[in-house]
Parts: sequence; structure tokens; C-alpha cells
Amino acid sequence: MFGKLSLSVIPFHDPIVMGAVGGATLAAVVILALITRYRKWTYLWREWVTSLDHKRIGVMYVILALVMLLRGLSDSILMRSQQAFAAGGSMGYLGPDHFNQIFSAHGSIMIVFMAMPFLVGLMNIVVPPQIGARDVAFPFMNSVSLWLTVAGALLVMVSLGLGEFSKAGWSGYTSLTGKQFSPDVGVDYWIWAFQIAGAGSILTSINFLVTIIRMRAPGMRLMQMPMFTWTTLFTSILMVFAFPVLTAALFLLTLDRLLGMHFFTNELGGNMMMYVNLFWTWGHPEVYIVVLPAFGVFSEVVSTFSGKRLFGYTSMVYATAGITILSFTVWVHHFFTMGAGPAVNIFFGIATMLIAIPTGVKIYNWLFTMYRGRIRFATPMYWTLGFLMTFTIGGMAGVLLASPPADYVVHNSLFVIAHFHNVLIAGTLFGFFAGYSYWFPKATGFRLDEKWGKRAFWCWLTGFYLAFMPLYLLGFMGMPRRMHHYVNPAWHPWLIVAAGGTAMILMGVLFQAIQLAVSIKHRHSSRDLTGDPWNGRTLEWATSSPPPPYNFAKIPDVNGIDAFMDMKEKGTAYREPDRYDDISMPENTACGLIIGIAAFVLGFGMVWHIWWLAILGTLVIVFTVIVRSWNDDTGYTMPAAEVEGIESRRRELLASAFAHAEPKEGYEQ
Amino acid sequence: MKIKVGLLLSGLSSLCIAAFAAGCAEVVIFDPKGPVGDAERFVITVAILLMTIVVVPVFVMGFWFAWRYRVSNSKAAYPPKWDSSPAIDVFIWLVPLAIVTILASLTWKETFRLDPYKSIISARQPVNVQAVSLDWKWLFIYPDHDIAVINYLVFPAGAPLSFRITSETVMTSLFIPQLGSQMYGMTGMETRLNLLAREPGVYMGQNQQFSGRWFSNMNFEARAATAEEFAAWVQKVRSSPARLDMAQYEELVKPGATRQVTYFSSVEPGLFKRIIERYVPATDTGHSRRHGAHAPGGR
Amino acid sequence: MRNPAAAIQTGEHSGHETASNQAFGFWIYIMSDLVLFSVLFATFAVVGGNYAGGPRGKDIFDLPYLFGETMLLLMSSTVFGLATLAAQAGRRRAVLWRLAIIFLLGLGFIAMEIGEFRGMILAGNRPERSAFLSAFFTLVGTHGVHVLLGLVWMAAMMCQISVRGLTVPVRSRLARLGMFWHFLDILWIGIFSIVYLMGVA
Repeated sequence: MFGKLSLSVIPFHDPIVMGAVGGATLAAVVILALITRYRKWTYLWREWVTSLDHKRIGVMYVILALVMLLRGLSDSILMRSQQAFAAGGSMGYLGPDHFNQIFSAHGSIMIVFMAMPFLVGLMNIVVPPQIGARDVAFPFMNSVSLWLTVAGALLVMVSLGLGEFSKAGWSGYTSLTGKQFSPDVGVDYWIWAFQIAGAGSILTSINFLVTIIRMRAPGMRLMQMPMFTWTTLFTSILMVFAFPVLTAALFLLTLDRLLGMHFFTNELGGNMMMYVNLFWTWGHPEVYIVVLPAFGVFSEVVSTFSGKRLFGYTSMVYATAGITILSFTVWVHHFFTMGAGPAVNIFFGIATMLIAIPTGVKIYNWLFTMYRGRIRFATPMYWTLGFLMTFTIGGMAGVLLASPPADYVVHNSLFVIAHFHNVLIAGTLFGFFAGYSYWFPKATGFRLDEKWGKRAFWCWLTGFYLAFMPLYLLGFMGMPRRMHHYVNPAWHPWLIVAAGGTAMILMGVLFQAIQLAVSIKHRHSSRDLTGDPWNGRTLEWATSSPPPPYNFAKIPDVNGIDAFMDMKEKGTAYREPDRYDDISMPENTACGLIIGIAAFVLGFGMVWHIWWLAILGTLVIVFTVIVRSWNDDTGYTMPAAEVEGIESRRRELLASAFAHAEPKEGYEQ
Repeated sequence: MKIKVGLLLSGLSSLCIAAFAAGCAEVVIFDPKGPVGDAERFVITVAILLMTIVVVPVFVMGFWFAWRYRVSNSKAAYPPKWDSSPAIDVFIWLVPLAIVTILASLTWKETFRLDPYKSIISARQPVNVQAVSLDWKWLFIYPDHDIAVINYLVFPAGAPLSFRITSETVMTSLFIPQLGSQMYGMTGMETRLNLLAREPGVYMGQNQQFSGRWFSNMNFEARAATAEEFAAWVQKVRSSPARLDMAQYEELVKPGATRQVTYFSSVEPGLFKRIIERYVPATDTGHSRRHGAHAPGGR
Repeated sequence: MRNPAAAIQTGEHSGHETASNQAFGFWIYIMSDLVLFSVLFATFAVVGGNYAGGPRGKDIFDLPYLFGETMLLLMSSTVFGLATLAAQAGRRRAVLWRLAIIFLLGLGFIAMEIGEFRGMILAGNRPERSAFLSAFFTLVGTHGVHVLLGLVWMAAMMCQISVRGLTVPVRSRLARLGMFWHFLDILWIGIFSIVYLMGVA
């Protein structure tokens, strides 16, 4: 009736895990209690959970990402402290099974449940207004994507208290993840979390591809789109081609585990190398999926805060296109040591080196945007400068790894860990933090505290160097990754330094939390009255902060790159339209949430072999989709008068803001 | 100003670490003891040096531009619409392309030369070792000497060391960092690795591919001995009462965390091949030519 | 191009622009599904030669039977073409009849496929027997599951058309179902050639 589920799957024997479960449960209870106390259930349901507004959906994605960042970071702290202790003969304080789950969860969460939601959230908040559109092409599908991602994250979180997570790494290599060597539910949790979130990602990519290609404002040709929109386009292309490969690979693994098939088993014809190839055919494009939006953010931030056009726009677009295409041709560099032979290895090695070229071009273009600009050092610009310096080191390490003979001695060592954290943190995460600080006023209507933002940045930057530079060295000292304990005493001091770096990063995150709290507290005095707090260049800054549900009362006409700056210079920026029209808006619906919940139920049932539950989840999804399709009238019309009301209130606010001519405060140089 | 100082400090500290490391004997990748490791260190060094040509300007420009073009410096030129320069474009595309071309040519040559499957040319006779990774220990069979060892590897310095590798369980990777390349071991397949230790010494050997609960236990001492020491050791192993046949092997297969060194004085002939064939019946097409146990010369 | 963003306005225009976006989006989905099937084909190519001492293609494939299945599917695609023509002409009853025929042909295809699988399993040629059989059952079976989902969609469409008629959204959905159905047909041609015809060669 309940498959493999029983009370004994709760890890009562492990105090650390039970502590985490207790803490998480307590936090959840407190939050629910607060919502009840302040009577916000109806508000949350109406304004957020059932909303199809891309701006709301985007904010919910970012909230998910930030929460999962905390979970992923706590995994890092556990790992670094374990390794700081487990030198010589010591076994540290975590058992090997626990440690193995922690590093598996850490990677899985950070890539799929932190980076992906963060970038999709930013894409949601920013891209429609940037192209002068009112919403994405498929608002309902957008909501479904969100709730599927939440369902996947929930599966990972639930694995903490019920059963266990995978102990086989975020990459899940066979035959370790096969039925024979991982008979427990951990790998199943990992599979279904990825599958469900992956489905959400494929839907998101379809949505943004159609939105960008079909729904741009009149006059906005492709080569006039903002860079963040370009990177969203390329990221969506990567997503739509890469994710189905992961879906298929995990599907085949599921068949091996569930039905005893032999795709990746040791015996009866299975081929573990096939899994490795399939996984990385997705895995490599995936890392470009997470970094390209960050590059897009940097393009926006650098040009806005240098007060200058982005240098080399055409080059940037072609460079990003080059990166997109090349990222499908390099996957074997993740396993040069699997014995493919020099001809195969050199092809993929050279392809990998080639990717460094367009990436380098982008870095130089950003630098030349700063050249002869008038640089304002607000928090987003701090993150950008930190990125420019630090990411380059990671790129250097990457080119080194691209060479097979070099890779033969550092593959699977901490050198690789240092390299990819270097590019992922200094590249992806700093980019997302820059985007978060940059677009926060747009999304919420008030500014983030600059002081705490900069403090957080310094902690992150110093913490990053302390935590990861020693790892490059440790890789050269021969230390493998994923070590629970080790004998070589020479590694010990560097691991202690690295643990110190992690503590510094934790402080950075604490400062970010304080920043958020302080900003919310002071939100009335730090309101963004004009919608353009940074003297922005692209169309999203033409709207109010936050924008009205329809973004634009009248779709703007676009004449070139940096459309909004163009309008400001010509004096056409805040012109009142000669007439207002009725605007069609999508209506709220709970169907997205229902599909998400049903997906969670399906995943949970598959993990625990509760077949009736899995079937129920599937049927609910199919049924909801059919029911939703039955409704042809899924929108409402906002009458022109209401639009006019919203717009005139905005104009009053603009008038008072410009009358006081407030200086661009909040950052010093 | 603060930015400059902060970034400078961060950069300097990393440089210090790197400089310190370069002299440190524990940094085994930079202190190789064999021709394979030597060549690999060369490739790494060249890559780092070539990359600095691209990277140093980034640091210089980053600091310089951030300082000079700060908004309070009204003396600096400010052409807000200037966004392209064919000269710069050509430069930033072509210089990295040139660097990559140089690195690629070096890598091409070295990748073929350092193919782990290639035997190392030497006047001395190669020592053949068949390595099997188990949960969670290494078994080394010396087919020419009819001995086997668990968790310890001794071989003569100056002679090529030729491995055939497989796994009994999951994917692993045989690695002696100070000698050079690693190679995956996979169940039902045979891979190869060729190394050579220039001089006698004791090196660290390990499993570089995560393989489950006691993966961290899978390290062993890899000792390059003089010819006499090696012969003496072989004799010592031959005096062990234990014998490795398929039945004894089945015992070894049982998972355990042991780090104990065990000697077997004789080995059932063709045991390695039979271990591989437990998973791949001879009738199957098997895996690639490079991973098949039926390649010519396989034992 | 006219301002498509402003197409989220009321009126007939919005229906057509939306339908056009929906078709485009669905094409992209089909391409992603093609990538998924490519992986299954690639897996079949890589491990399909690993018979593990068990049966090979020529031991278990019944080509005349498969040819029958193929004809059912190909005919259903042809009829779908006729259904599309009828939909464009606004002939509701013709559309319903033709969909019913396609449904029966599709159902026949599924029944024959289930029969084929059942026969193999009863004879001991189960997917767990070897990598070849795993890859075969999975590639062909996944296609079959897609056909089944298409049939569910088709049933829903027949209900919608009877109740609503051939409105713009309904025709848009029907067009997408058509794309899906033809896609499955093309995949089947690939499967028939690569798995069955090459398998017995």
C-alpha cells in the first residue's frame, strides 16, 4: 500500500540530519504561522500563487533560488568542516554515507535548484519589458514551469527527513547509480527531482524562444535587442536541445533500476560509458545555460553604470552564438581519462579551447565599455568588477583542463573543483547577484541598501578566494575530489584555509539577508519613484517600479539599441499616449499549482514504489491539462479607463519625482 | 579606491600561494618522477604561461579603467556613443585565436605522444601489472611473476610499467599522481596505462573516481625499487601461504573497508581475463576496440 | 510585421496570432522530443549489438506483422491529412468521422504492438534479458506511449469538437495534434527501417 515507505525511513539515528529536519520544519511552521497571523493567505493565493504574471512568477523563482542557496551553502559548510577535521587517521564527524549524500545534494541543488531558478526568475522579470511585450508567449505554461521546479526542489528537501538522498554525486555515474550498487531510494529522489525540474525547464525554454522571436515591440529588430534578451534567446536554445538528453538518460537509468533493464549495468550488455556520454551531452550545455544569462546581466550592468553604449555589440552577439554552438561539441572533455584514444580526445580538447576565444572577446568588450565611460560604483558594478577579475582565473584553468595531457593528471582532483567553482561563483553567481541588485527596485518598487550590499560583496569575494584558491593548489598536490577522509598531512592546512573561506562566504550571505531585512524596513524612504533608479538604457526602465500588470499601456516604437536611452535623449520617454485601449490580461488559475503538486506526488510515488500514488499524480496532470484546454476564455479585459487611471497616477508620481530632481543617490565612488 | 585595494589583496594572496607552491615538494604534479609526468607538467606550464598573455591585460585594464574612468574624474574623455572599433575587434578575436592555435598544436602533438595506451619505449623489459579495482581496495596481479598483491604496488624503477585495468564493481580510476596519467577502470572492460618511474622512491597511488562508501580508503603505496629490491620483494611475496584463484577472488569481491596489504604467492593462470569475462560473454560484440579484453595481446 | 505584442487584445486577430505562436511553440516542443528520440536511437545503436547470448533481431522480428502495423499508422496519417482539409473547410462532421477512423487505426497499431511485446515476453525475450532487448523495447515502447498519449488527446479533441465546434482555438489545437501525429509517423518510419529492417538483415 505504501511501497517501501514506513516510519523506519526517518533517519532518527543521525542527530545532525534530525537537527536539520527539525530546523527546516520549525522554519516552515513559523512562516505558516506568520502568514496566518497577518491574514495573508488570500493575498498570497490571489496575488502570487495563482498569478500568471511573469513578474510575479519571476520573483517566486528568485525566492526559490535564494532559499535553495542557503540549503546548498549549508552543505558546503558541512563538507569543508569535515575535510578540515578528517586528516591523518581521523574520520571527521560525518559518516561516509552522510558525507556522500551531502556532496551529491550540494551539486544537485546548486545547479538545478539554485542557478536554474535564479536565471529563469531574472529572465521572467526582465525579458518581456525589455522587448516591449506585455507578457511571455504562454503565461499558463510559465506558471506550470514554476510549480514543476518547486516540486523538484521539494523532493530534494523531503529526502532529508524521509529516506536519504543520492550518495553517487550530482552526476550520478553508472554503474554506481544502478540497482545493484545503489538499491536505496536516494538515487530515485535525485532522478525524479531532476526529471520534474527538467520538464519545467524545457517548457520555459519554449516559452522564451517564442516570446523573443514573435513578441518584440515594432521596430526592434534582432540586432537591436538588449544583450540580456540575446543571452536569454541563446540560453533557451541550449535548454531546448540539451534537457531532452538528460530526460532520456535518466529515463533509461530509471528503466534499469525499476524494471531490471541493461542500459548501463555491468552485465548482460550494459555500457556504463554510454551514460557518461549522455549525461555530459546535457551537462556541458547546462553549464553554459547557467553562465550565459549572467553574461547578459554583466552586459546590461556594465553599460548602464559606465554611462556608455555596450562596446562591440555585434561581436558580443556572434561570440554568444559561437559559445552556444560550440558548447554542444565539447562534452568528452569531462572524461578524457575514460580511454577514448588520442584522436577523439584531441578533437574535443581543441573544441574546448576554441570556446575560450568568444568568452575572452566578451570580457574585453566589457572592459572597453568601461574605457572612457563615467563609472558609477553601485553594488551591481561591484559584482561585475569582482567577476571580471576573478572569472578570468577560472577561464585560464579551464583552458588548461582542455588539454588532454594536462587533464590526465588533474582530472577529478580539487583542481577541477576549483576551476568550476571559480567560473560558477565568480561568473554565474556574481552575475545573478548583480542582476538581483540591479533589478530589485524594478521588481519591488524600492531600493536595496547599498552599504550592506557592498559589505556582502567583500565577504563573498574574499571568502571565494580563501575557499577556492587553495583547492587549485590541492589539485596539483594530487588530492582527489569527494574525499571523506585522507592520509596526506600536507593537504590539511590548505583545507583549513578553505574552510575559513566558507565561513567568510557565510558571513556574506548573512549580510545579504540583513541587507534584505534593512531594505524592507526602509522601503518607504527608498522608494523608486520614477522607475528608472540607475539611468537605465533599456525598455524595462521605462515602466514604473513595479510595472503595472500590463507593463506598457501603449507598446513602444523602437528605433535602435538602448531604446529607452534613445527615447530619453529625444525627449519622448514619458509621453502620454493619445488614447488608451482595453488590454487583455491572463486570468489567475490554480492549474499550474495543481500540476506541480501532482508532479511531486508522481515523483514521490515513483521513489517509494507507491504505484497507485504515481498513477494518481499522472492522471491528475493529464486531467488538469485537458480541463484547462476546455476553457477558451482564460483572460479578462482591463478596461481602458482603468489603464488610464493607473497611468495618470504614475504620471503624478513622475512629476513629483522630477520636480524634486532627486540626485542618483545610494552609491559612492 | 577600496575596490582596487581589495581586489589587489585578493590577487596578491593568490599569487603568493602559487609562488609558495611552486617550491613545495608536496606539489607532486610539478615534481614528477617519470617521463609521462614530465611531459604533462610541461604542457601545464606552457598553458599557464600562454594564458597569462590574455589574462594579465584583463587585470591591468580592469584596475586601470575602474580607477581612471570613475565618474568623479571629469578630466577623462567621455564619448558615450563610442561602441565599436574594428582595430580592437580584430585584436581581441585574433590574439586569443593565435594563443589557442599555439596551445592546440602543442596539445595535438603531446596528446598523441602521451596516449596512455602507448607502450613506453625503453631498453628495459616492461613490468606488466593487471589491476582490478574492488569495493574498496586494489588488486594487482603480476602475470609474468605469478604473484598478486592487495593495496601495495612495487615495481622496478627505470623499467616501463604497463597496466591492464578493469573493475569488479563500478567505474574507478587508477592514478599515481607523481608518475603521470590516470586511467579509468570499468567492469567487463580492459583499459591500459603506461608509466615509468625514473628513480627509486615511494609514491602515492589512489583511486581518482568516486566509487562509493569507502572510496577514500582506496589509496596505496606505489614503490619504485631498484632491480635487486624488486627481486627480493617478489621472493617475499612468493613465500606467502595464500594463493589467488577464482574461489579466493570471490572472497575478495565481498565489500569491505580494509586497507590491509595482502600477498598471494601464486595466481590462477588467465585469472584477469576470466574476471573480465564474468561480465561480457565471449560471444558479444563487447565494447570498443580500445576497451575490449579480446584485443590482441590481452592476457 | 504587425505588432504582435499588442495582439494580446480582444478580438479575432488575437486568436490567429496566438494560434500562430502556439504552432511555433509546438514545433519547438516537437524538436525537443526528436532530441529525446535521437538519444534512444543512439542508445540502440551503441548497445543494440549486445545480445548477451540471447536472441538477435532476426530471431524475434516478424516482418509481415510489422508491415501491417506500419500500414495502419501510415494510413492514419493520410486520413489526418483529410481531416485537416475538412477542418480548414469548416466541415465539422467530416472532421469527427475522420478523427474516429484515425483513432481506430491508432488503436489497432497499439493493439498490434502490445501483441508483439506480449508474444516476445511470453517467449522469454524480456527487456531484462539483454541490452539489445532493453534498447528495443524502450525505443519502440516509448514511441508507443507517445501514440497512446496522442490517442487520449484525440479523444479529448473529438469531445471538444462535438461540443464547441471548429472555433479558432479548437482548430489551433487540432493543427498541433496533427503535427504530433505526423511526427510520430515519421519516427515510426525511422524505427521500422533502423530497428526492424536493419535488424533482420
